Formats: sequence, C-alpha cells, structure tokens
Amino acid sequence: MERKTKVNAEDGKQEIVITRQFDLPLELLFKAYAEPDLVEQWMSNPYSTTVMLKLESKDGQGKVVFRANGVIHDFLPNEKITRTFEMENTPFGVQLEFYAFEKLTDDTSKLTMRVIYESVAQRDEVLKLPFAQGISMAHDRIQEILNKLK
Amino acid sequence: MNLRRDVFQAIADPTRRAILLLVASHAMTAGALAANFNTARPTVSKHLQILTECELLKQEQNGREIFYHLNAKKMKEVADFIEPFRKMWDDRFDKLETIMKKFKTK
Repeated sequence: MERKTKVNAEDGKQEIVITRQFDLPLELLFKAYAEPDLVEQWMSNPYSTTVMLKLESKDGQGKVVFRANGVIHDFLPNEKITRTFEMENTPFGVQLEFYAFEKLTDDTSKLTMRVIYESVAQRDEVLKLPFAQGISMAHDRIQEILNKLK
Repeated sequence: MNLRRDVFQAIADPTRRAILLLVASHAMTAGALAANFNTARPTVSKHLQILTECELLKQEQNGREIFYHLNAKKMKEVADFIEPFRKMWDDRFDKLETIMKKFKTK
C-alpha cells in the first residue's frame, strides 16, 4: 500500500523532508496551517494540548510541558510558508522550515515540508525522539497494567 | 541508556559499518575481518566488542574459532527507527484531514 505520509532523511544530511497527500482542497489544507485555533486542534494529542500564539503545550493538569518560538519569514497563501522554529529547553536548536503547498486536483492537495537543522547530529536526535518515546511509552503502558494488577 | 550500548552510536562509525557489511554475507572470524582493514588488529577487536555489546553482532563458537555473524533482528530495529517519526506525522496529518473535512461541511 502506498503510504500517505513519507519521510526522507538521507544519511549524513542535516535535513528531513516530509511529504503528505491530503484528501482536501488546497485552500483547506493551507487554512489548517494559517489559523492558530485550527493548528491547536490538530497538533494536540492525548498527552498534551497545543496552544498556538503562545506556542505552548500543556499536560492534563495544565502544566506547560512544551514551549516553542519562531519567526515567520515568508507567508504566501496557498503556496508557501517559511519559518524558523525552536523548542525551548531542548537540545535540538533552531530549525528552518519550508512548507510548500500544492494543488493536485480540486479535492486533493500535497504538502512538502523541508526541515533543516544546524547539524547532522541534531537532525538525528530529532528523528530518534519518537523512537525513544515509543519505547518509553510502551514501558509506561506496561507499568500501568502492572499497577492495576497489584 | 548506556552510551556504549547505543546502536546508533555503533553504526555512526565507518569501520563498524564496513564490518556489518562484511558479515552480512557470511559469518567471519575476527582474524578474517581484520585482514580487510589497514587498522591494527586490536582496533578491529574493539569495534567487534562494541558491535557485540549492542547486539548487532552475535558470536558463535565453532571448534577453536569464534565466528561473528549479523543479528538480523537488531538490524531491522535500526532500519525501522524512522518509522515512529513517520507514524507521528502520519497521525498528526490524519487528524488535520479529519478536522478540515468537518470544517468544510460546516
């Protein structure tokens, strides 16, 4: 099966390219990135709520678990967003992001997201993060189940 | 996590990557592996030790000799390490799609 989301991270390069085809008209896809309250909705997950404008992510108790900042350099509606992004209190540094929005058909569109890091090592750390989190989340889950058995 | 046992650290070294490629075709002894490199034999032994510690290589005793062979299971784990990152974005984009489809019909 053709995967909708593709990640390309070439060995030794300091960039990650993420592409995705959407069953959405180009205008709606762009809107999802342009309107902060919409970004909040799709960036949030069961573990945290993303609040745009402040770019803060809070846990269930309302504690801020993540804060980020950046500058938008280029904003061409339905075409392109160029911005910098930095997560506070993490070793990942500043990343430069290029978002290219393309119309495929009247009802489908494509996003190409190119993220450039300061070094190859930094990029690799970012790639590894969900891998490590996945492992620790699985551990948490096992712990939860074990606690119930106590 | 113990840094020495980090598989990513292990494959970051070009000599160690070359060793993995060599044993991928068939199991080899430390001596046979060392013959492929200009580096001193103890250096190759050190690399073999690191690769064995992080389970990318397995040792197998055959008579008086120890053969090194690839631990395919661990190698697959490394090859799949990008998958959780892809999955994270895939889930995020699925959510975006669902939200925007509802938005359209509002």
